[in-house]
Amino acid sequence: MSKIDINGDIVESLTGTTIEKKKSRIPARLDFLQSATGLILALFIIFHLIFESSILFGKDSMYAITKMFEGEFIVKDGSPIFISTLAMVIFAIFIFHAFLAMRKFPSSYREYLRYRTHAKLMNHADTNLWFIQITTGFMLFFLGSIHLYIMMTQPQNIGPFASSDRIYSDLMWPMYLMLLVSVVLHAGVGVYRLIMKWGWFDGENPRQNRIRTRKIIKIVVVFYLLIGLFSLASYIKIGYEHRVDYGKRYSVNMGDK
Amino acid sequence: MSKKEEASLEKQEQNIENAKEIAQKRDMSIDEGREITIRSFKYDPSNPNSKPKFVDYKLRETPGMTLYIALTKIKATIDNDLSSDFVCRAGICGACGMLVNGKPRLACKTLTSNFESGKIELLPLPTFKLIKDLSVDTGTWMKNMSLRVNSWIVSKEKTDISKIEKPVEPEVADEVFELDRCIECGLCVASCSTAIMREDFVGAVGLNRVARFQIDPHDERSDEDFYELIGDDDGIFGCMSLLACEDHCPKNLPLQSKIAYMRRKMVKV
Ligand code: HEM
Ligand code: SF4
Ligand code: FES
Repeated sequence: MSKIDINGDIVESLTGTTIEKKKSRIPARLDFLQSATGLILALFIIFHLIFESSILFGKDSMYAITKMFEGEFIVKDGSPIFISTLAMVIFAIFIFHAFLAMRKFPSSYREYLRYRTHAKLMNHADTNLWFIQITTGFMLFFLGSIHLYIMMTQPQNIGPFASSDRIYSDLMWPMYLMLLVSVVLHAGVGVYRLIMKWGWFDGENPRQNRIRTRKIIKIVVVFYLLIGLFSLASYIKIGYEHRVDYGKRYSVNMGDK
Repeated sequence: MSKKEEASLEKQEQNIENAKEIAQKRDMSIDEGREITIRSFKYDPSNPNSKPKFVDYKLRETPGMTLYIALTKIKATIDNDLSSDFVCRAGICGACGMLVNGKPRLACKTLTSNFESGKIELLPLPTFKLIKDLSVDTGTWMKNMSLRVNSWIVSKEKTDISKIEKPVEPEVADEVFELDRCIECGLCVASCSTAIMREDFVGAVGLNRVARFQIDPHDERSDEDFYELIGDDDGIFGCMSLLACEDHCPKNLPLQSKIAYMRRKMVKV
């Protein structure tokens, strides 16, 4: 680091402006990155939950998708390394997003008291949505980390039987249930707020757009909760039936029973 | 009597008829309405002996009664020590903001008949300095906000009042006038969770003001100049888009879209 940089930080921390007596551009970058990381995670979740619910179409579909993500089209039989790399990238974005978004949490007793009392008194729809956003965001700190760490370290344990064993026999389903609900709500509210925040589809009539956006997001959130819950239920069912064969792997010729 | 006066008189009579009809439906006579209870916060921070408390006032509702009228009646007949602010009684001056059953509203634009239960709880606007009871100091806050965002036209051009002003496209002028309708009531600030938590947040009113000058062709400031005013976490980047400002502004200003507009401009600087 050059001397100039250090002096710059000192000047800004003492005076609130850069050496050129300008406001720092960092807050703008942080605001942008907070939204960008949130959007990337939301897009990821949109696809992830669809792929994961392939189990609803039978074990073979889920197996095919797993193999696809293991890069079967690149290396023979695929390799779990692709999955653990993907998990690592997502984990990095996830940590960065949490780091940025954390700035918005109420951070003292007095801030929390003022915010919460006011929100309860006012009972305003979008202000209530934000409470869901920060609560689920807080939950995701832990739930998301557990899930991503397992995907990074045991990428080979994904598949119709492996996943089901983990969910049922390894007693991961309560964690997945909470993860599912919190991530879907968090991403749904987050994307709605992103659209409002940047005025993406404001068009001629922003108020109309807001009503429409809320409606669409509500439908999408319910859809994702439903497919998520049904898939989780089917993993639990498979895991239960497979409990005596715990650890045995699935292969295509086993077919769908 | 002119045709116009006649029509106006007829309209007035019609209004009285309507009021009577509503009154009858509600099972009350024109001057003898249902009993309503107004519960008001009372506290005088300047008096060391004063303790914060809530006081219930029971009174008869009259047709078309606003909270302004109800409070005036309370002050005249029950408690002359109750403080609250008013100037215009017509939703123009922005002096009468308060929390009405938790929601920021103008007392002079709020009908008591909107409250089915007949129970109305009044609190002073949060985020502003409490003067007494329902009266808060929005004036000092607004003055500071105006100074902070340099709420005036900045132009190097010398004004020559003997010449006609530079013309402005009508659509642009309309847009500027639309944002100029702000009455500085402070309801947007009092409804904002960011403002509640972070004292120095500039608020929707301040961001709207900057947008107003950003749009105005008379103003020569660049986006870089505006960034110097609101380019930080107490300014545009502090806004969390909870939109309570948009939903409570009594003037229906397009706050969501204008804040988003300023954010797009400022993030590109
Ligand atoms: C897969 C996981 C996640 C997804 C899909 C996601 C998505 C989003 C999106 C789209 C936003 C809106 C961004 C913005 O307003 O600029 C957001 C905001 C937020 N996120 Fe996340 N997020 C995730 C994980 C987390 C985690 C782990 C935390 C933990 C701290 C978190 C905390 C927050 C908070 C507090 C906000 C509100 C920020 C604000 O109001 O400006 N999120 N998230
Ligand atoms: S923007 Fe609306 S709510 Fe805010 S001060 Fe102006 S008129 Fe009042
Ligand atoms: S008294 Fe002027 S706005 Fe209510």
